[in-house]
Parts: sequence; C-alpha cells; structure tokens
Amino acid sequence: MSGVVARRRTIVLGVVVLAAAVLAGLLVGPARIAMSDVFGWLVAFGDAPEGVSEQASTILANLRLPRVLVGGLVGASLAASGAAYQAVFRNPLADPYLLGSAAGAGLGATIVVAYGPSGSVELTVPLAAFVGALVGVGLAYGLGRSSLGGRAATSLVLAGVAVASFLTAVQTFLQQQRSETLRQVYTWILGRLGTTGWDDVRLALPSVLLAVATLWAVRRLLDVIEVGDVEAESLGLHVGRLRLVVVAAASLATAAAVAVGGLIGFVGIIVPHTVRLMVGGSYRSVLPLSVLFGASFLILVDLIARTVVSPAEIPIGVITAFVGAPFFVAVLRRRARTT
Amino acid sequence: MRAERQTPVALPEVELALEVRGLSVELDQRPIVTDVALDVPAGGWLCVIGANGAGKTTLVHAIAGLLQHTGEVSLWGRPIRSLKRRERARRIAVVPQLPAIPDGITVEQYVLLGRTPHLGFLAADGPRDHAAVAAALDRLDLPWAAGRRLETLSGGELRRVVLARALAQEAPLLVLDEPTTGLDLGQQLRVLELVDQLRRTEGLTVLSTMHDLTLAGRFAHRFALLSAGRLVAHGDRADVLAPHVIAEHYGVAVRVIDDGDLGWAVIPAPGLDP
Repeated sequence: MSGVVARRRTIVLGVVVLAAAVLAGLLVGPARIAMSDVFGWLVAFGDAPEGVSEQASTILANLRLPRVLVGGLVGASLAASGAAYQAVFRNPLADPYLLGSAAGAGLGATIVVAYGPSGSVELTVPLAAFVGALVGVGLAYGLGRSSLGGRAATSLVLAGVAVASFLTAVQTFLQQQRSETLRQVYTWILGRLGTTGWDDVRLALPSVLLAVATLWAVRRLLDVIEVGDVEAESLGLHVGRLRLVVVAAASLATAAAVAVGGLIGFVGIIVPHTVRLMVGGSYRSVLPLSVLFGASFLILVDLIARTVVSPAEIPIGVITAFVGAPFFVAVLRRRARTT
Repeated sequence: MRAERQTPVALPEVELALEVRGLSVELDQRPIVTDVALDVPAGGWLCVIGANGAGKTTLVHAIAGLLQHTGEVSLWGRPIRSLKRRERARRIAVVPQLPAIPDGITVEQYVLLGRTPHLGFLAADGPRDHAAVAAALDRLDLPWAAGRRLETLSGGELRRVVLARALAQEAPLLVLDEPTTGLDLGQQLRVLELVDQLRRTEGLTVLSTMHDLTLAGRFAHRFALLSAGRLVAHGDRADVLAPHVIAEHYGVAVRVIDDGDLGWAVIPAPGLDP
C-alpha cells in the first residue's frame, strides 16, 4: 500500500529533524563549542575524546545533553498526550494545559513539595503529579459533559479552563501557606529546564517511555474511536477501556512533563495540528510524528529561550504561549467554519 | 507481535439468520422498545418501519448489541450475549443513519476501520486486511477514491464509502439505519439497488429501517411495523403495507398502487378519510 510507504517516509523525516534538533541543542550555548568537537564527543561517547577540551566535554555531558534530553522528553510527552486527548475526547482543542491535567499535576506536585516528607521527592512528586493530572482531566471531562451542553468542542475546553483556574488557585493558596517552599515550587512552575540535570532525565524517563509506548501501541485504535462511541462499539472496540488506557497514559506523560519541565502550554495543540496539516488526520501517522516533532519542537524552543536574551533566559512557557495562542485561535476558527 | 487474525465466520446452515424474542429497551427508565419478536431468514431483507419516534433506531441498535436490553437475540442460532464484542462485530456490520466523518482521513484509511474486529488489540493490519479493503472498494466502484479525503466526497459517495467499510467488515448481517437519509431520488435508488445486489451476490442478510414506504416495499421482503415501541404488524408486504394498517399507525390515508407499468408504490391520498 502506498500509504505505508508515505507513512514510513514521514517518520524518517521526523527522526532526521529530531537528530538535527538534538545536534543544534548541543551546539548552541553561551560557551562556544565547535561542531567538530560536538561530533568528536558524540562519537567517543563516554570516554574523554582526543582533541576535545575537558571543559567542553563537561559542558556537553552535564549541562547541554541532559537539558536537550529533558526538553525532548517533555516535548514528546506534551505533544503525544495532546494528540491522544484530542482523539479520545474527539475534540481538536484538547490539550494537557487547557484540559486542566497540567494544572492538576502542578497542584499534586505542589502538595508533595510543600507538605510531603522531605527527601523522598524523587518518587512522590511524579506520583502526586500523575494523580493530580487524572483528577484535572476527570473534572474537566465530567463538567464539560454534564453541565455545559456536552458535545460542542468548546464546552470541554471551557470546563478545562475553569478546572485549571480553580486548581491553580488552590495551588497558589497552598504555596502562600508554606512560603518557605515557595521558591522551590516557583522554579518548576515557570519551567525548570534552566536547572536541568541528569536527575530530571532519570525522573521523567520511565514514565515518558511507558506512556508514549502505550499511546504509540494503540495509535491504530485512536482512528477507530474517531467515528464515535456507538460506531466504534459496533466495530468491536471496547471504547470505555481504550479511553481509560489512553487518558491514563496521556496523564502520566503530562505529569512527567510537568514534574521536570513545569507548566508549558500549547505544545499539545501546536504540534499535532501541524502534523495533521502535513500528513492528514490518521493517528497512525499523527501520533508517531507528534512524538518526534514534539521532541524536536521543544528542544528548539528551549534553544531560543536560552539564547535570545543570553545569559538570561526567557521562561519556555512564554514562547510556547506566544506561538500557541494564535495557533489555538486559528484551530478554533477552522472548527467554527466546519461545524 | 504476532497478528491475531480471523477469517470470516463460518455459519451453520440454519434457516433463520436473526431471531429476536421479547426484546425490550428502556432509556432513562422510559420504555422505548417493548417486547419485540422478529425473525429474519438467512439471505433475506427485513425492513423496520414506523412513524418518527416509534423506536426503530433503538430496536436495531439493541439487536446489534449496542444498547442494554432484555430479551433474547440470536444470530445463526447463537445467543448474542454469548459472543464477545469482536465476535459480534464479525457477524453484524452497522451502517448508522448519520455516520461520523473524521477529519483528514482518506477513504482507504476509513474503509480499513471495518477490519477492526478481525485484528487483535495491538495487532497491525496485514495483506488480508488490505485485500478485503481493496475488494470492498472494488465492489462499490470506489477504487478511484481510495486516496481521497472523506470531506471532499459528495453525500452519495460518502454513503457508498460507509457501505464499503461495512463490507470490509465481512459480516454476514448488514444493519442499515435509514440508508437513504439526505440522498436525492437517484442516489436513494442506487444505494438500495447496491445493497440488494450485495445481498444476492454475497449472501448477506439485511436488516434496515426506512421512512420511505415505496422504497421499502420495493426492496425488502419482510416488514416489521413499530408503533410506540411495540411491534404492531410483522409479515410480508401485503400484510404490513396495507392501506388500513398504514392509516391506523401513521394517521394518514394512503393508496397502494401495484401495477405492471408503474411498479409498486404507496402514495398519500388526502381526499380519503383515514
């Protein structure tokens, strides 16, 4: 089938773009490191390569590489969970940020940072963020269905905005109550990529791999759910079970992204919709490409965030919102035209 | 991962494809369909008729296992309750009245969705599925549209694409809910002729709902008339599509014309007292 060939070709393109983004992320920074040194260091991975200064090796290994990896993991998670939420809620405006799942994750993490036992943050923060993300999505979905007239694309988003505002308000209140942890909480709300290290890679990697692999595995079924619950059931799909699996995986990815990257909006809208413009609406392509382009996108946005006003940094969420808000309006307008 | 793959179901040689006994459906504690009993012989076409809100769609959805119900539904002698979702979907293909048309999907990708019940949860589609899709497109004269996006097709073409999806499902029972909604007269006839052709050549059994009694009477063999969720008439054309029956349950006087040149038709007759 020609479709299979085209699909493989776009995935190869996605991998190439990601490789280029990783390379750019390693290459650019306040300290000048030559491209040949970056290549030399990559080829000799692990050992101290000849001809590359120890300082350059250290910067690459301890600063730039973990930052690029975390950027990639966060971008892949947000884009994949955006695409997945859009599929199971059949709503083009669903996004981890707008659905309240990111705010829920933020609240969950805040509770642990502010009130939890100190020391065991490594495990409890992602867990609390995951539970918070599920609560956020659950509230938004329940509210959007029951009280705002159900089916319209905008009702879910309105509910999500209300839930997100509420959860953020609770989070702010808790922060004020425990002002001694305020700084710690604030650093990751604004996006912590500036202080990223290998700890963050270790924190996010297992959840992101599990969640993204799950979404990748069910991508074919996301096309089935697009025809509606009743029709999908008539095709033999257990819709409720699939929706549960997908929401859990997307929320886990969101939670991991929030736990290491803070609240970064709109990636889940920008990336999947751009991918759809390129390859059409089938999730067989949209999901894998959202993972690849999401990772590339965030690595590049982070690159901009740390170079434009260097040596200071722009919070990464500011840039994604700057691009994403107009994008959101464009999707909304398109949606209004077609329905 | 090894693909878990099924060939079309082998059916026992029984006379009745579908048996419905004592079927009732309640939605929000309101009875919508009450105590319906129906038979559809294998290879036949049963049409459910009735006024708006009589419960036609609810009835066919319940028969297809898509709604909670009480009573018994058997397919080729096997109670539908004993079938798993995917087993059921390999036996019944449903063409809904207003199918959801996903954005940005090609005809080929859409028709491939019909293969869902033949694939394991995580399995990928293989050559057999692609062959079934190609055959379904071929059968409905759609190969030219394979790479086209659904949103670029006309209403009549879309209807054929949805039928192709049902055909790719390779289910022996085809359930059509108002298959002619929104189509012009020529398209209505073409779609129904196509269904009838598939019934004859592929040996399908058809269960449909229809509003247009003339079209229903020309294509279906047996009729079930629903009124307020109850089966009030069940049988062949002469029994169910009779003027006095229609007058009673639709509240409108009609004449039934049956002559060699004009064919068969139900026409409203305003002068007559119902």
